Amino acid sequence: MKNTAKDFSHIKGWGIDADPKNDPTYPMKHRTNEEQLGYSWERPTQQPVNVEVLHSNERPNVTAVFGTAVPPSGLSGMIRRFAFKYSESSYGHWLPLLLADRVNVVEGVLDDLSRGHIPNIFAEKGWKAEWKHNPQGLVKKVVVGVVVVSALVALLAPKNKSLRKG
Amino acid sequence: MVEEVGPEVQKLKVGDHVLVPFNIACGKCAFCKQGLYGNCHESNPQATAVGGIYGYSHTAGGYEGGQAEYVRVPYADVSPTVIPQGMDPDDAVLLTDVVPTGYQAAEMGGIQPGDTVVVFGAGPRVFWAVNCWWMFGGGRYIVIDQFFYRLYFVRNYANCEAYKFKEMADRVVFLNKTTDWMGADVVIDAVGAEAAGNALQTITGRKLLLQAGSTTALHWAINSVKKGGIVSIVGVYGPTDNLVPIGNVLNKGLTIRANQASVKRLLPRLIEHIQNGILNPKALITHRVPLEEVSDAYHIFSAKLDNCIKPVLIPPSARM
Ligand SMILES: [Zn+2]
Repeated sequence: MKNTAKDFSHIKGWGIDADPKNDPTYPMKHRTNEEQLGYSWERPTQQPVNVEVLHSNERPNVTAVFGTAVPPSGLSGMIRRFAFKYSESSYGHWLPLLLADRVNVVEGVLDDLSRGHIPNIFAEKGWKAEWKHNPQGLVKKVVVGVVVVSALVALLAPKNKSLRKG
Repeated sequence: MVEEVGPEVQKLKVGDHVLVPFNIACGKCAFCKQGLYGNCHESNPQATAVGGIYGYSHTAGGYEGGQAEYVRVPYADVSPTVIPQGMDPDDAVLLTDVVPTGYQAAEMGGIQPGDTVVVFGAGPRVFWAVNCWWMFGGGRYIVIDQFFYRLYFVRNYANCEAYKFKEMADRVVFLNKTTDWMGADVVIDAVGAEAAGNALQTITGRKLLLQAGSTTALHWAINSVKKGGIVSIVGVYGPTDNLVPIGNVLNKGLTIRANQASVKRLLPRLIEHIQNGILNPKALITHRVPLEEVSDAYHIFSAKLDNCIKPVLIPPSARM
């Protein structure tokens, strides 16, 4: 335990106006000030670390318990390992994590396909419910999708031609 | 229902019907010990800023989600609570997240008798919250949302004033006028990062992800609260930067209070309110969906189809 029993007697007037009732954290927090003793509590039993656990560099260790549902793996795992070199206060942490989530989506689809499972986009997007409760909306979405795709094709096509010409 | 217990579990046994709060708390760290069960330091290795949460992905501990047939529950003796005799499981399930969140929103607002309280967002948290809020006193509750059916509900069910924000030219001016040009004493942001209503915020926050979600609701909250007032945030935002008018927070002398609900701390009081008939959370369940059709349930809820207020998922074993 760190030495935290600080002596402020050399500071003239220290604490003379302290008012414990002026506590804007009440009733959210039952103030005991024990966090002023630092990371000194008796920790719960440590869950065995049998999978890779990335932990924030703002803490010295892995927490006593943790989830094992999504250990880092593949390309997204590499990106996540990189991200955890940076603190929670850094873009170097969050931007790679955003990227890793998206890479992980693609990895998940590939993984499904490699196991012979073809993702049912219609079901996963809940479009059955959309069709039941908002059929016009679904039709609109599909139409807009088709229009956007055709517009993109139309936009890109002549460009390609002129490139070939040039 | 408890299917299996680990060797150290003492308070629960196989067969108990329990309600499991959404946040994972160790009960031993300095934060848990002071009642901050949503901010546990021993349940989320990935971030120091938030405790472990079921099914909240990598940033909240990487735990399996609770919307499943089975889930592993760490620290089972701390937060999980045996459902009291006679309590409807539908009431119990709503005590794991939404009801405590709504209640804590009011608590953080420090609502005093006679206060005018403005609430942005009439989502499920608010539906339950309005029930709780009158218990704190308060003179006037004004709810702003974008969906008529929700506002209709709030007005009739909870005696709140309810307005649709798209019909106001400027929400802040509107609220100013209706509060005799003073602003509200307390403003609650129950929307969070999915807020609509400001094109710049929507594009940078929700489409380009240049900030951690849109801050439109928080922006309005800060600008429509009275000088010296309190802004209470329970709407969920991401961990990175947001565009917030912090200068106005300073100049108006505001107090901002925010947290994930400390479910365990609030449970005894809320259970009491349900047992005394003061709270009736299950009345707001509009849809019951088999767990296997979870995608449909999410879509109905997020796209606000079929006047959905709150769907609950029913796992196969509960239907036998
Ligand atoms: Zn803890």
